[in-house]
Amino acid sequence: MKFNPKTINKLVKVSLNIQAIFTVFILVAIVLIIFIKGIRHFNLEFILGYPEDMGRHGGIFPAIIGTIFLVVLSLAFATPLGLGTAIYLTEYTKETTFTKIIRFGVESLAGIPSILYGLFGFIFFVIKLKMGWSLLAGALTMAIMILPTIIRTSEEAIKSVPKNLRMVSFSLGATKWETVTKVVLPSSAPGILTGIMLSIGRAVGETAAVIFTMGSSLRLPTSLSDSGRTMAVHFYILAREGISMEMAYSTALVLVLSILFINIMAYYLMNKFISKYS
Amino acid sequence: MIDRALKIDKYIRIILLIFALSSLLFLFLIFIFILIEGLPLFFKVGVKNIVLGYKWAPTKGHFGIFPMIVSSFLVTFGALIVGGPIGLACATYLAEYAGKKRKLFLKPALELLAGIPSVVYGFLGVIYIVPIIRETLGGSGFSLLTSSIILGIMILPTVISITYDSLMSVPKSYREGALAMGATKWQTIWRVVIPTAKSGIMAGFILGMGRAIGETMAVIMVAGNALKIPSSLLDPLRTLTSNIALELAYATGEHRKALFSTGVVLLIIIMILNYLANFVFRKKVIK
Amino acid sequence: MKKIIFFLLILTVFSCQSKSNDHLNKHSVTIAGSTSVMPFTEKLAEYFMIGNPTFVVNVQAGGSTAGIQATINKTVAIGMSSRELKEDEKILKEIPICYDGIAIVVNPKNPINNLSLKEVQDIFSGKIRNWKDLGWIDRNIDAVTREEGSGTRGAFEELVMKKTEISDAIMVQDSNGSVKEMVVTDPYAIGYISLGMVDNKVKALAIDNHPPTIENIKNKSYKIVRPFLYLINGDPSDDAKKFINYVLSKEGQQILKKEGLIPVND
Repeated sequence: MKFNPKTINKLVKVSLNIQAIFTVFILVAIVLIIFIKGIRHFNLEFILGYPEDMGRHGGIFPAIIGTIFLVVLSLAFATPLGLGTAIYLTEYTKETTFTKIIRFGVESLAGIPSILYGLFGFIFFVIKLKMGWSLLAGALTMAIMILPTIIRTSEEAIKSVPKNLRMVSFSLGATKWETVTKVVLPSSAPGILTGIMLSIGRAVGETAAVIFTMGSSLRLPTSLSDSGRTMAVHFYILAREGISMEMAYSTALVLVLSILFINIMAYYLMNKFISKYS
Repeated sequence: MIDRALKIDKYIRIILLIFALSSLLFLFLIFIFILIEGLPLFFKVGVKNIVLGYKWAPTKGHFGIFPMIVSSFLVTFGALIVGGPIGLACATYLAEYAGKKRKLFLKPALELLAGIPSVVYGFLGVIYIVPIIRETLGGSGFSLLTSSIILGIMILPTVISITYDSLMSVPKSYREGALAMGATKWQTIWRVVIPTAKSGIMAGFILGMGRAIGETMAVIMVAGNALKIPSSLLDPLRTLTSNIALELAYATGEHRKALFSTGVVLLIIIMILNYLANFVFRKKVIK
Repeated sequence: MKKIIFFLLILTVFSCQSKSNDHLNKHSVTIAGSTSVMPFTEKLAEYFMIGNPTFVVNVQAGGSTAGIQATINKTVAIGMSSRELKEDEKILKEIPICYDGIAIVVNPKNPINNLSLKEVQDIFSGKIRNWKDLGWIDRNIDAVTREEGSGTRGAFEELVMKKTEISDAIMVQDSNGSVKEMVVTDPYAIGYISLGMVDNKVKALAIDNHPPTIENIKNKSYKIVRPFLYLINGDPSDDAKKFINYVLSKEGQQILKKEGLIPVND
């Protein structure tokens, strides 16, 4: 017996529709669950308070600061490196075996799972360079981890700047570097920022690589050599050790809200960028 | 004046070159340090005793990680079975059926799914999926099945975005040709679009596998971490990644080295997967 | 370029800040090690810092073995261990701060109140796999143990398993808290955790009819007991000494007692 192709066509359409809705449903469910369960303790006191009794009471201020420090520091390392690499690959060289090797390196870095970054950061920064579990070790590890994202998105952004803009700049007598800084970078800034936003998202949500390099001290980190906790690590410990499910949900809420915000910003910038050049 | 500017340009070129080389340097460092710590044990105990060994008791001189290699693959295939078809379906829907407005909403929504931290997935898995499986199917709930479901959801964004791109890259004329010959939309997709985009879809699946096999914290939370190779979907299991994360904090001496050996094996598996994905991708480009 | 300079600036600010802060927090003690000892040290540190506001006590988990290593390398002032030192670690000085029973815990829904030491051993070696064999329902036992290298596991192997081995089919979690959480959520689970961690969410079983109470530990009828140790390498700094003295003081010991641990000089 054979079904009518038209019937199948309709059935497929419905089924695909359902699966797409299902996927979105998962996302909505995750956000909703965390929102409903987390909202109860979510207030200024929670954001600005210090944890008491290992996080059973009080707030998550040190974890928020720890997260911000980690993000800012790792960006401070990774942005110049990543942007520089992207500029070099797009503006200063032609496609050669050499650039292929560099691209291979970037792709390989992107594919390495975070736990291996954790292993590496632990043995190299924490042990061999004697940094101990510290903000610095965590930030350096995280910087290497987000480097590929920054390189790839910056490269895409720089590539999409129209050739004639550069030509105009050159014809006015500008050097390559002047062209890059005054023409190419400003026009590709939103695209580059998108990459930075995505990296922030990755750094904020990461646990495995952070816990073995930055440690998990609950204190407010005040120097580069201090250990600290990011929100993700704090959430992981709260939930896994069963310290306080309520606090875990509220921490997750802050975590998810910040990531939503960052992603929406990234998306907004990207759209702005795309509409500008197409 | 111009001379100076050109000179600066030259220096900048060198600085940028150094920056570009940094990625290679980091990759090199990561490999070297994991290998330095991990390889000696392979020479001492023998590759066979580690890769094919069944018993893991590193403080007592047993370093077998065969069950974890098998478990890693089991859970990865499980994730692919859960996430692959749904991912393909979503991508097809997005590429072929969704209107512009819906697309505008769905694409970022799916990207947000990728942004949610893995620990949150693990946590919700423990709270919602583990008890359901324990009550309805039996076992402790910390199982191959639970891990596959959680990882399956987690790889959705990867699978969807790459599959979507490859579906979109199929030229419009192919579709028009098929439709003109009287094929229904689905026939066109099934017989023309998907076969043309096959290698891209494969690459999406392989990269999804890469994500699944490398995931750590979510798996630790829902897998139960027993050392045995699971004999059913409801048995707990321990992957290579969880082995490292579970024990690294406590390990010293040979125990720690054994965890780096686990890392070496993981690194090799990931490299092979990445190479495969690249290879499949490139084949498509040449075509 | 501007960006680079900007970030370099931030870096400088950071490093300046780090210097000035190191100067301010002159009294700081870093403690690392056993996850079993950590929560109690954290609590002691909280009280200690209330009385000594110029002090900062940094408490890190990481495991007994890591704590011992860190103390040997002098990266921390005080190490925490929940197992006895091995021969090559004996260069450190052990300071027992209290004793801790290891409680065998089940979910409160589980009607079993007592097991023999042999039965516990058989559960974890995989000989007994069904609650039916222990007089409850026909349901697999979801036993959960600690990971290789853990001080609690070391003590459990020594005190309960003796010559037998923990089966590889047993589930593994990497901290007292996560073992407890599994027992709290799974009615068919059994695990072992530090007695100080036991509360009304889990049920601690009597072993050979001796419930794990402070009296039974003191009169040695409950046998699964281990010391909690602080470790120091050579002479401790004045700051470290001050904290250790506080822990061994009446006030410190009282805090530990309230947490369900057994003080050293009782």
